[in-house]
Amino acid sequence: MLTIKNLHAEVEGKKILKGINLEINKGEMHAIMGPNGSGKSSLASVLAGRDNYTVTEGEVWFNGKNLLDMAPEERAREGVFLAFQYPVEIPGVSNLNFLKTALNEIRAYKGLPALEAREFLKLTKEKQQLVDFHSNLMNRSLNEGFSGGEKKRNEIFQLAMLDPQLAILDETDSGLDIDALRIVSNGVNKLRDAEKSFVVITHYQRLLEYIIPDFVHVLYNGRIIKTGTKELALELEERGYDWLKEELHLKESV
Amino acid sequence: MTSDMILPFYQALTEDVNALSAQVPALATDTLQDIRRKALERFSAIGLPTLKTEAWRYTNIQRYLKEFPYELLSTASPVSEAVINSTAIPELDCYRIVLVNGHLQADQSTLPQGKGITVGAMSAHTTAPGFVTYFNEQHHLAAESLAQLNTALFADGLYLELAANTVLDKPIHVVNVYSCTAHAFIQPRHLWILNRNAAATIIETSVHPETATIAFANSVLETVVLENAELWHYNVQQGAESFREVHTTAAQQHKDSRYHHFNFTLPNTPFTRNNLSVALNGSHTETNLNGLYIASKHQHVDNHTFMDHIMPDCNSNELYKGVLLDNANGVFTGKILVHQEAQKTNAFQQNNNLLLGAKADINSQPQLEIYADDVKCSHGFTAGQFSEESMFYLRSRGIGEDAAKALMVNAFSHDITDAVKVPALQHFLQTQIAEIMNN
Repeated sequence: MLTIKNLHAEVEGKKILKGINLEINKGEMHAIMGPNGSGKSSLASVLAGRDNYTVTEGEVWFNGKNLLDMAPEERAREGVFLAFQYPVEIPGVSNLNFLKTALNEIRAYKGLPALEAREFLKLTKEKQQLVDFHSNLMNRSLNEGFSGGEKKRNEIFQLAMLDPQLAILDETDSGLDIDALRIVSNGVNKLRDAEKSFVVITHYQRLLEYIIPDFVHVLYNGRIIKTGTKELALELEERGYDWLKEELHLKESV
Repeated sequence: MTSDMILPFYQALTEDVNALSAQVPALATDTLQDIRRKALERFSAIGLPTLKTEAWRYTNIQRYLKEFPYELLSTASPVSEAVINSTAIPELDCYRIVLVNGHLQADQSTLPQGKGITVGAMSAHTTAPGFVTYFNEQHHLAAESLAQLNTALFADGLYLELAANTVLDKPIHVVNVYSCTAHAFIQPRHLWILNRNAAATIIETSVHPETATIAFANSVLETVVLENAELWHYNVQQGAESFREVHTTAAQQHKDSRYHHFNFTLPNTPFTRNNLSVALNGSHTETNLNGLYIASKHQHVDNHTFMDHIMPDCNSNELYKGVLLDNANGVFTGKILVHQEAQKTNAFQQNNNLLLGAKADINSQPQLEIYADDVKCSHGFTAGQFSEESMFYLRSRGIGEDAAKALMVNAFSHDITDAVKVPALQHFLQTQIAEIMNN
């Protein structure tokens, strides 16, 4: 579904991604871990098309299409979704109107008619329950005055509404208390199916107790330096990242 | 000079304005003829504004007056129902008053009727007590040469008076049609009076159906809101390429009254100047002035406002927001004058702008003159672009750039549109904004 080949990217002349290779198939759950500044969020941003990043080398293919050629909205319409680490507050744009616009733009792209108001509301009610997202937040301005937990739940709620093929969750667990973490993780788990793939970016193994990954990748200094299964996450929790860095330096100095 | 020699309009304005007065029908009373003569003298004395005129520093009106060979037009010809309906507000349950070049079209109007309601052509009410008391009484008009020109040369307009305790059961929609077969300078003149405890909502829209001939309107409206009365006035300026406008509203408020003025300037009129002044002649009043201007291409939109706090214990809130696209040019002036007697005044003013066009600009000047010592006054100004982070957030959800901009502009203007108390009008405006941004 997603193939990343030798991806290099920089921001303001600073090299951030230095040759990422990653293959994600249908239905897989990938976790990307790594210390601060390793390039995890940058990878998410490059995949979603944030324009302050410049791709200097490499390719990204999504369902056979060149993702890097697409504007952010095209990527979303093709089925890529980024749950933001810091969801943006937009006063004056109601959550409801925002979602309706997004959903109908995606539907139009797929050649589907706009949803009737009744169908839209029905879908909204159903998906709200997934993450316990209160109805009274729906009519409020987008994320305005939401708590940290409410913002993150809103991201997962949007994910449920827009139903992408690939969801990238950028530190969705950061700033969540244990109850909110459980709610958000349950929501994600309910959305897992054979067609949908996830990339979960996180600092902490804690999230991966709730969302069980098929693969765990360690990103360091702009490259994936180790790939394993969920056990790797446990090992990282116990031993930190230093042993991996040392292993890497040994390898590079040989 | 022989009587059949007619000077071109602009030349007459600058050289011999008396020649123009021969072109307008005589007014009904000697008092009015006298008012007209004095206004003409006053106009001759002060002349047209230039860029050296303080209140017109950023707007070169002479350029627009010289642009086409206008003729003074004091009459109206019939217009079709289709023209009137082109400015209809869907789902709005209202009375409809159709004015063509300021002349009431009674057969195309649905006038409010009933005890306490006087509504009709100005020319038919020149002896009404309200008219005699309040016509041309607003002293702010004296300083404005275009208003003097209107007083000197107007032909007709809408007279509305609500007697004490009269509350209109639904809004009045005033449809201002400006229609001409040659380039025309049109000067409607209106007077609306709400007596003690009266209340009304009035929505104005305008339409200029012809595209080949330019209509330049120089209209003046005086509104009088008497003790404990309340007026909601919405002026929706949906523009046209072939339209130009100077719109002067002079309001006065008396004790305990509430006045809510909304001005919406939408594309595509190349030149719009709105003069708005509110004189607070009584205490414990509330005034809300809301403005939204969305300008594109080479539009020039100038909002010139004046809050005159004459009496103590009054509140005024002014919020003007602008969205400037393409090469559009915005001007905002917000004068607040707090007289020495006007203690305990609360006067707030805010002007926020989105500069979206590469060559768009805004000149904004707050002018606060405060002579009382126990007051709360503030003003603020911003000009900026869309937040890139917000745009990316919307686009990352599949919303295209144009639709994202439309959402953001609606968001920017929401505190103005949210304050609109007529749901059909609110919806209409939101739809208009979205359509403008999607084009």
